[in-house]
Amino acid sequence: MSALLRIEDLSVHFPIRKGLLQRQVAEVRAVEQVTLSLNRGEAFGLVGESGCGKTTLARTVLRLVDPTSGEIWFDGKNVSGLKGKSLAPYRKQVAAIFQDPFSSLNPRMTAGKILSEVLYVHRYEGSIPGRVAELLSLCGLAPRFADLYPHEMSGGQRQRVGIARALALDPELIVCDEAVSALDVSIQAQIINLLEELRAKFGLTYLFIGHDLSVVRHLCDRLAVMYLGRIVETGTSEELFSSPRHPYTKALIDAVPAPDPDDDNTNKHGALAGEIPSPLNPPPGCVFHTRCPVAMDHCKSTVPPLSQLGGHHAAACFAVEPSQDAQR
Amino acid sequence: MVDTRYDKAGELAAEVTDYTAVRGRSLMRDARDRFLANRAAIFCIAILAAIVLFVVVGPFFAVWDFETIDWVAMGDVRTLGAPSVDTGHFFGTDDLGRDLFSRTILATSTSLIVGLIGATMALVVGTAWGVIAGYYGGRLDSIMMRIVDILMAIPTVLVIILILVVAGRSFTTLFIALGAVSWLTMARIVRAQTLALKNREFVEAARAAGVSEPAIIVRHILPNLLGVVIVYASLLVPDMILAESFISFLGLGISEPYTSLGALISEGAGTMAYGTLWQMMFPLGFFIAIIFTMFFIGDGLRDALDPKDR
Repeated sequence: MSALLRIEDLSVHFPIRKGLLQRQVAEVRAVEQVTLSLNRGEAFGLVGESGCGKTTLARTVLRLVDPTSGEIWFDGKNVSGLKGKSLAPYRKQVAAIFQDPFSSLNPRMTAGKILSEVLYVHRYEGSIPGRVAELLSLCGLAPRFADLYPHEMSGGQRQRVGIARALALDPELIVCDEAVSALDVSIQAQIINLLEELRAKFGLTYLFIGHDLSVVRHLCDRLAVMYLGRIVETGTSEELFSSPRHPYTKALIDAVPAPDPDDDNTNKHGALAGEIPSPLNPPPGCVFHTRCPVAMDHCKSTVPPLSQLGGHHAAACFAVEPSQDAQR
Repeated sequence: MVDTRYDKAGELAAEVTDYTAVRGRSLMRDARDRFLANRAAIFCIAILAAIVLFVVVGPFFAVWDFETIDWVAMGDVRTLGAPSVDTGHFFGTDDLGRDLFSRTILATSTSLIVGLIGATMALVVGTAWGVIAGYYGGRLDSIMMRIVDILMAIPTVLVIILILVVAGRSFTTLFIALGAVSWLTMARIVRAQTLALKNREFVEAARAAGVSEPAIIVRHILPNLLGVVIVYASLLVPDMILAESFISFLGLGISEPYTSLGALISEGAGTMAYGTLWQMMFPLGFFIAIIFTMFFIGDGLRDALDPKDR
């Protein structure tokens, strides 16, 4: 298994500028020293609460936002410094599916135009109308949808157009930024099945961003949990859900509402107290120490490194002892 | 009884099977249908069309041109210069014995052209300025919008008068002067809309797909600005006519023998007390008709294009 996408020590900070001279007065530390690698053909999930930087990470991978420091390697090439035209081959191989199907399609273009724009920009060789029809049918839409405007489609149909757009250029990697969160549950299931089907068919790699743990668990082989711009735990879906090690991951999994109200297993650790701190002014040391039930003095001054727990599992917490996993 | 019911069912069935293939309806087509259903707006379009027709066809019926002085009427404007079909002065004459019918036609066309050109300049300059400031943002945006703020802080009429005094009174100067002030609000509106649009996911999607920035502006931003821009431009037409009329009323607009509605109204108002009320009433009637219809049309366009009502 070779790594298709490798993110190394990536940080993204947004300066906040004020006044006529645009002096920098502060910065939002949206992503802090994130290191990840995605293998070819796998579905990698990125979870975390709102504002934890997962969308910024996705936008950085899509090269919509410039990284402040760190590197992005795609298929053995460093793409973090590319600009303008030199990005075109990368753009062709990496596509995106967006969260809100009501805002991700231009209301003044028909589905056909939306799809052909992508093909046109990358000088698709072959019949563009033919490819559009092919893409629509791949995503379960009749060819007549090419003539329809987004406002004439349902949310699920729009999302299918969004997926068709992502597939247009036969990409290797698709970044799904909350691709199903804006849809209602029955449509979610259809779209998830479609995504799985397409992945099997074309050997796609997904970077799937979400906050709905059950969806991510279902769809992804491996997961990373983000908190305040940092990755606090990574592992296979199995490892993370059956034996979460970081206190934040535990709290996150506990917070998933259980369909059975009598189930004693839910919320055994208690809900997290407090709010997520501001990324404008992240706490020193472990960013989670302000809300952590097992925080020690040590945590307030030193950033815990990701310690390997065997297999793919790793967690950034001083309270986690590597030996525990090794014994099992 | 039974037969008729069968017939009806048959008819309905025929209707159901006789569907035409679904084709997409663009937002613009929806807006057009909504506009056509707006009776007040359509009525106003008809009136405006009648006025335009009058301006085009009127000169063929005119007995006098707009600058020839009728020396007979001039001797006693109050009685001989009154509106009459016999003398050929359908709208009477002005104080100097010039035919008011021809002068009103000339003035109306001037005002309409001023309104259109002013609005077009606002449309072009304001949209370009606003889109560039809003889309590229940052320091460029700050500088461009501060320029707009500074220009806005100076009273409009003062700017126009200054330009007219410095550059001399002429048709072209007047258009430049009106255009120079009309685009400011348009630039602000367009910039605000662009800011909202550029963060929409479809713009993000276009960037992720590698569409170039000029192409994003042309294909994704501008078409979505269209509604707002059209509405504002249509409401700007009467504003421009009013501004021009005000300046002409002050005696600074179009120079003699050419004239505009504001100038005619001003002259008419000056002689109101001498019993020659028609000198004010005819141009005033056209003026009010144009302003009213333009506002109603603008309003109708807004109702038709405003995404909030959808």
